[in-house]
Amino acid sequence: MPRHDRDSPSRLRIRDTISEAAAAVAQRPIRTLLTALGTILGVGAFVTTTGLAETARAQVSSRFDALKATEVRIQDAAPDGTNSFPDDVDLRLEALNGVYHAGLYFTIPDTGAIQPRNTATRPVGTVSRPIAVIAATPGAVEASLPVLSTGRLYDQFHETRGEHVALIGRAAASQLGIARVDNQPSVFLADTAYSVIGIIDDVARNPDLLLAIVIPVTTAETDFPADSVERQVIIDTTPGAAQLIGHQAPIALRPQQPERLQALVPPDPQTLRNQVESDVQSLFYALSGLALLIGAVAITNATLLNIIERRPEIGLRRALGATRGHITRQITLEAALTGTLAGILGATIGLIAVITVSVARQWTPTIEPALLLAAPAIGIATGTLAGLIPALKASRTPPAETLRT
Amino acid sequence: MTIAPDDAAPTNDDVVVEADGLARVFPGPPPVTALRPCSFTIRRGEYVAITGASGSGKTTLLSLLGLLDIPSAGRYLLDGVDVAGLSDRRRSAVRARRIGFVFQAFHLIGYRTVLDNVELGLLYQGIPKRQRRTRALAVVEQVGLGHRRHALCSRLSGGEKQRVAIARTLVREPSLVLCDEPTGNLDSGTTAQVLSLIDELHRAGLTIVVITHDPAIAAHAQRNLVISDGVLIEPGRVDATT
Repeated sequence: MPRHDRDSPSRLRIRDTISEAAAAVAQRPIRTLLTALGTILGVGAFVTTTGLAETARAQVSSRFDALKATEVRIQDAAPDGTNSFPDDVDLRLEALNGVYHAGLYFTIPDTGAIQPRNTATRPVGTVSRPIAVIAATPGAVEASLPVLSTGRLYDQFHETRGEHVALIGRAAASQLGIARVDNQPSVFLADTAYSVIGIIDDVARNPDLLLAIVIPVTTAETDFPADSVERQVIIDTTPGAAQLIGHQAPIALRPQQPERLQALVPPDPQTLRNQVESDVQSLFYALSGLALLIGAVAITNATLLNIIERRPEIGLRRALGATRGHITRQITLEAALTGTLAGILGATIGLIAVITVSVARQWTPTIEPALLLAAPAIGIATGTLAGLIPALKASRTPPAETLRT
Repeated sequence: MTIAPDDAAPTNDDVVVEADGLARVFPGPPPVTALRPCSFTIRRGEYVAITGASGSGKTTLLSLLGLLDIPSAGRYLLDGVDVAGLSDRRRSAVRARRIGFVFQAFHLIGYRTVLDNVELGLLYQGIPKRQRRTRALAVVEQVGLGHRRHALCSRLSGGEKQRVAIARTLVREPSLVLCDEPTGNLDSGTTAQVLSLIDELHRAGLTIVVITHDPAIAAHAQRNLVISDGVLIEPGRVDATT
């Protein structure tokens, strides 16, 4: 060998460093898996928690938007036994931009004289449970988002003319023995017959409608003394309009004295959503960070143990001419490769976990693609940082000492 | 104490190892003197055995000669270059290109193949992969393990392992081969095979230093140095300049 070759420094090519590190990682798969386990769990937990946070946030948003955030109720701020609402509640409120349906409703007090019954099937006094009678304008019925099993709803024609028509809830219909309306059934309230024109099968709001007979407000006020009854207005708004309608509705209903009416609006969905998102995300990010920290500690620990076990190999490499830098480089690269592998496996496990939980809860899984791409990068960073200390420690041990073990 | 080889006044090119007052004291407390100052030379192509009881300082001397440890005092010239005071990086370079080791514990990488382990001997010389493989294949055939070249080292017998270790040394073409109890973990039959291989290395012109506690193994060498309680002597050949 020429003299100048023999005096040149020892050299480890980049390609050889990579292949040596890859061989150490690939040819001992069980050891690699055990070393990577902490990071796999850390990255998996990170992807799972972040993915579930995203999914839950989307879920929270859709729930808020769907129902809660579109309902406004108006009631008398200081009930004094008089009617605080005008006669044309529906018209006034439905004229507002952002209102789908709105109307007045109240429960008619039953002192025992009403005795709702279907005379075709049962004589007076045989109804097993008392059935409530609710007076509601057509707008109030529609704002409850009813689903009819048969028949139709009454409308402003019935309302303004004080027609003796009735809708009956599913439970009340069952109790009264009415299952169809094409035979024009009637129910008696006190001594007055009401034509049943529809049966309400379900409602999204005001579930008490299902247990009641519902009649127009004008009809109710004519047939039953109801001045002192506490009335309420229900409004179905477009998503995001509830706050504004809650402010406008009292003015529209009682412009001369809007403070007499009190609007019950849901919490501002944007504020609430932001708060929930912030809370949920802070919690999940904290958990993710903790999981990653545990992963980093685990990979450091596993790499340290691995280094102790491989001291003879490190001593051999030093004896064969490896510099401290070569040893540091190889072990750090091994840790980085292990971390990358852990990142990919962790992201896969996390993704499966998010999908599984979402399917079980009937949620739509929502996950940022960038998060999945970031997972291997997190693995590399964790692996490199965690492997650096053991690598430096290994390279600094005198070769004579490592060969003796 | 100075020990010279048989022929007086060798030229610089003939000398591979020149130790002058080489000593090793491990710092305490209390400090332990593992090797007292010793001076000796080893000529190119010589086969030297260093014998001594366990704990006498044999391995310390081998570590110093192999640049695995740093002497506390003295001068050490390898191929005429003073290597005692080199930086760690330069010492690594000297190890990579001039020194070969054969260990009692073989020190093979068990999860790699025979060829991979032999190639490892050239890894830190910066030789491209293809050249490494070609040279490694030739040497593996030379030590009679051609049929086992793709076997994992963890699955080899003790004798095969030591032959791989010798092949790993041979492929490097070192100036100096240091063998630390090379047959310590082998039975008598395999010992004979391994000693025969070391004899072959010597016949091929390599300079061999074998450390052993076994006089029968030392008998293969041309020269015998004895170390006792950290003091190195060559029976019957003490130089007057001591």
